[in-house]
Amino acid sequence: MTAVAAEYPRGAGASLKRNRRWALITSYFFLILFAIFFLTPPYYMIVTSLKSDAEVAHLATNPWIIANGVTFEQYRLLIQETDFLIYFKNTVIVTLCVVAITMVVSILAAFSLSRMRFWGSGLLATGIFLTYLVPDTLLFIPLFQIVRGLGLLNSYWSMVLVYPTLTVPFCTWIMIGYFQSIPKELDEAALIDGAGHMQMLLKIFIPVALPGIIAATIFAFTVSWAAFVYPIAFLFSADQQVLTVGTVTSLIKADVYKWGMLMAGALVAAAPPLVVYAFLMDYYIAGLTAGATKG
Amino acid sequence: MAEVALRNVVKRFDDVDAVRDISLNIPDNEFVVLVGPSGCGKSTTLRMIAGLEEATAGDILIGGQVVNDVPPKDRDIAMVFQNYALYPHMTVFENMSFGLRLRRIPKAEIRARVEQAAKILDITDLLGRRPKQLSGGQRQRVAMGRAIVRNPKVFLFDEPLSNLDAKLRVQMRTEIKRVHQQVKTTTIYVTHDQVEAMTLADRVVVMNGGRIEQIGRPHDLYHRPKTHFVAGFIGSPAMNFLPGRLRPNGDGLQLRLAEGLVFPVPATHSARYQPSVGKDLIFGLRPEHITEPRGEGRDPRCEFAVTLDVIEPMGMETMVFFKVNGTEVCARVEPSAATAPGQPMRLYANLNHMHLIDPATNLVL
Repeated sequence: MTAVAAEYPRGAGASLKRNRRWALITSYFFLILFAIFFLTPPYYMIVTSLKSDAEVAHLATNPWIIANGVTFEQYRLLIQETDFLIYFKNTVIVTLCVVAITMVVSILAAFSLSRMRFWGSGLLATGIFLTYLVPDTLLFIPLFQIVRGLGLLNSYWSMVLVYPTLTVPFCTWIMIGYFQSIPKELDEAALIDGAGHMQMLLKIFIPVALPGIIAATIFAFTVSWAAFVYPIAFLFSADQQVLTVGTVTSLIKADVYKWGMLMAGALVAAAPPLVVYAFLMDYYIAGLTAGATKG
Repeated sequence: MAEVALRNVVKRFDDVDAVRDISLNIPDNEFVVLVGPSGCGKSTTLRMIAGLEEATAGDILIGGQVVNDVPPKDRDIAMVFQNYALYPHMTVFENMSFGLRLRRIPKAEIRARVEQAAKILDITDLLGRRPKQLSGGQRQRVAMGRAIVRNPKVFLFDEPLSNLDAKLRVQMRTEIKRVHQQVKTTTIYVTHDQVEAMTLADRVVVMNGGRIEQIGRPHDLYHRPKTHFVAGFIGSPAMNFLPGRLRPNGDGLQLRLAEGLVFPVPATHSARYQPSVGKDLIFGLRPEHITEPRGEGRDPRCEFAVTLDVIEPMGMETMVFFKVNGTEVCARVEPSAATAPGQPMRLYANLNHMHLIDPATNLVL
């Protein structure tokens, strides 16, 4: 080993180390830059939500620090004086229903499209993806007619009906990719072992594709939690409103912005997705990259 | 336990005929190996027996019953796949017991059967592990275990050793043979490796181009191939082939292969080859029948001189390669007898083991 190492010029090793150092420095520089860029708005929100209305309105104070002491008054007002808890409850109901519907539909669709050979399955799979490409800003007009026809205008159940138009195509697409990465022999082994299609799906595919399913679940959750266009178009009264639109419409009155409560509301609204992401991020990344790495 | 039979089975994928009208009878407990090059239809045949592919025409019988329309789970078969196909989220115990649990076998019986199979395969210590914690050989044992616990009528193996390294492959080959001796069950084994086929099989089915070329015991296939393909496919290194022509030679015959390379045909063969005198033929002789001149009673007229091209020492013996009219020929000689590349060497062809093939029919005469 020593003799072999001695044959290489010393410069090669030094250059490699120098390259690595520069790569690290560049990486850290940009990572810190991005972290500052992305963490500034949440920091600003936290700081503002912990200030009193008087301090927020005072033009002479520094908006980046809390000068007159921390107060949770904005959170108390938000919960006690507004319909925030109703919006929160509505959003939770809508999101849970949408996630459940999306996962049932997209897992079944993806399983049949990726594993059961039938006429037109390839065309259907492409069609599903194409529907995802139509933006909700275009879809809400025809959907308005449908929702009205069903008598669901100004009911948060209309959200349970329309959000899956956004979530099902993408989740199905993710799941198709994931199911296709599962070796064909696994279902053949299950078939020979005595499993029917449903047992194969429940006992083999779903457990094996769990990272993909979690990725799809997070996507459906995020879309449903954060959707804005449909609730603003279809929901009018406070008791039916969801967080995104409800917070904005109740805390901005004409040109009067209740900044403290707005920030507190936005932070509380952002908490559930944050918790979901924090616990399931590894699965999310594994799920999204599965098709790319497993061929 | 059951016999398996194929009757005029055909499998067509769009315009491609993967399996062309094959018929085969596999008696109870027999170990049959389907062997052939890639795309010869051996795996498709196995998959049709398993029920993973539908036969386009013909009948597949297991235990005397036509099973063409019977789903795989009701055929009472177990299959071991090339990539093991173990369920990655289950432990070894769960993998092995999955089929039994689906069939609602009592828990105590499942445990007993899994433990017995694990004992046979020496994987008792691995029952709590997941597949990713196992080596290739251990995974293969688990895959076999999953098949054994089911106690099926027929075992199907689809190139089960192809993913293992050379040493482990030899080890697992012995293991499979040992398991078959213990668990007497009809076994159909697919491989492209003719050594695996020869060592494992009671009978070998050689397939080529979707057809069965020959069915026979390994010894018969090696020594009495019926077609040009089988003669060339079975045996490693492969049989040497050279164009030649038979000529009358007094009471007997002589074989002319090239200018100055004329051998007398042994008297025991003359009668059989008499009708082919004057025809263009293909002469076949295995490398072990071309050696340095040795032994008593050899015919000196079968000795000839060559210039060596390549020498491959194998330890116990040495392969020497030379050319006859541009065709490469291999001989197996004693290591001490081999000269060097570019050097002349005297060799002896033992024509008692010769084969002659009619190029028009590709049949061995």
